[in-house]
Amino acid sequence: MTTDDIQLEPALAALRATAPPALAPNVLVDVGLADHFARFDSPIGPLLVAWNGRGVSEVDGTSDDLEFETAHRARTGRPAYPADRVPDRLASAIARRLDGDRRVRIDLDLRGHTDFERDVWLKALEIPRGEVRPYGWVAAEIGRPRAVRAVGSALGHNPVPLIVPCHRVVRSDGMIGQYSLGGPDNKRTILASEGVDLPRLEQLASTGVRFIGSDTTKIYCLPTCRHARRVTDRHRLEFHSAAEGQARGYRACLVCRPSSAYAA
Amino acid sequence: MLVAALADDLDASFEAVVRAHQDRLYSIALRVLGDPRDAEEAAQDALVRAYRALAGYDAGRIRELRLRPWLATIVLNLCRSRLTRRAPAERRALSLDEPLPGGLEPRADEGRGPAAISATKATAEEWAGLLLTLSPAYRTAVVLRHVDGLSYPELAIALDRPEGTVKAQVHRGLAQLRTAFEAARRAEREEMTA
Repeated sequence: MTTDDIQLEPALAALRATAPPALAPNVLVDVGLADHFARFDSPIGPLLVAWNGRGVSEVDGTSDDLEFETAHRARTGRPAYPADRVPDRLASAIARRLDGDRRVRIDLDLRGHTDFERDVWLKALEIPRGEVRPYGWVAAEIGRPRAVRAVGSALGHNPVPLIVPCHRVVRSDGMIGQYSLGGPDNKRTILASEGVDLPRLEQLASTGVRFIGSDTTKIYCLPTCRHARRVTDRHRLEFHSAAEGQARGYRACLVCRPSSAYAA
Repeated sequence: MLVAALADDLDASFEAVVRAHQDRLYSIALRVLGDPRDAEEAAQDALVRAYRALAGYDAGRIRELRLRPWLATIVLNLCRSRLTRRAPAERRALSLDEPLPGGLEPRADEGRGPAAISATKATAEEWAGLLLTLSPAYRTAVVLRHVDGLSYPELAIALDRPEGTVKAQVHRGLAQLRTAFEAARRAEREEMTA
């Protein structure tokens, strides 16, 4: 028997292999044509987070995987594949963000949304943990002071609640208002977990108080501004309008920019 | 057909590229690298790089692409960098320029070949092991031609070498493979008669 009787070609052709099942989904997720999703813990219980190579695309309260996959495809046009867990880096970034660290970078995949919506969401990202701003404040800050209702609608469509803290935007009368992620009770839970004194906020709102002034600095703030919270009872004044404060010689805080709140 | 669709709408047709080429890119990487985990990463990375490259090409350039050799080039580049990153004991440059004269080089990797082939017919696993004993340049040429099934013109594009050169590399690679097979079979006979 010589070496020439060995049939090399068929033996080599038989070395074709089948790609592992995870390969195609991983490629599609990497380039942003599909998403992975997994659960993470939040102050309102386990939530789903979806992400791809471009960033986080959705945060959702759905408990059923199949229901989420269907809704995700309807919203984004992309398939969603379940992952074992949230990747460590993303998980720790989300945890830090929920903890109030606004410097931690979380890339977002907001393709398919309007510039206006993105402006609203990016503005909401500027609101610190433990504070709230009225819808009108967001509208004025993005240069659309009359678009208060559109701001409310954009916040209602926030695809990444908690990561973009739309829960920190409240009704212009100071009441808590609606929340897309499971309703107003969840909004209260999250705000309380972030240290917002809700009973006090609602008490101020119901008596028409919109601003807090300090007679030592002659500055007025939105009630949850960190500067307003530092004012002691002895030095605190309550204003029902910016005009009232200004008439008494107070100026607006440069940090919370309260005059934006009721600009419309 | 696929390139025309890609040129029209990359995002809508890229999944079809992935489905059509994932097995062959994985097979190329697996037979060149020898490790399933490495091969999966290389094939995945190759498809991601292909998407990013396509996203930067204009429609005319995409229409002129020959996807099969183009994708093979991408995965081979990634295999090459993985081979050079490996431990120094294992490291061999995947040079396409320096086939040794005579075409029958000593086995490049003594540690990796199977000690014995148990019959005149070797199993797929044994053939895969024998392939890994070839020098990377010959192994690559043989894998592209006979595992992946590229034509010689496609092979010339994939390796960016004249067709004559790649033909010679395939033939020498096959000759080396026969020699390796013979050596393994001899080893097995000696074991049986010992």
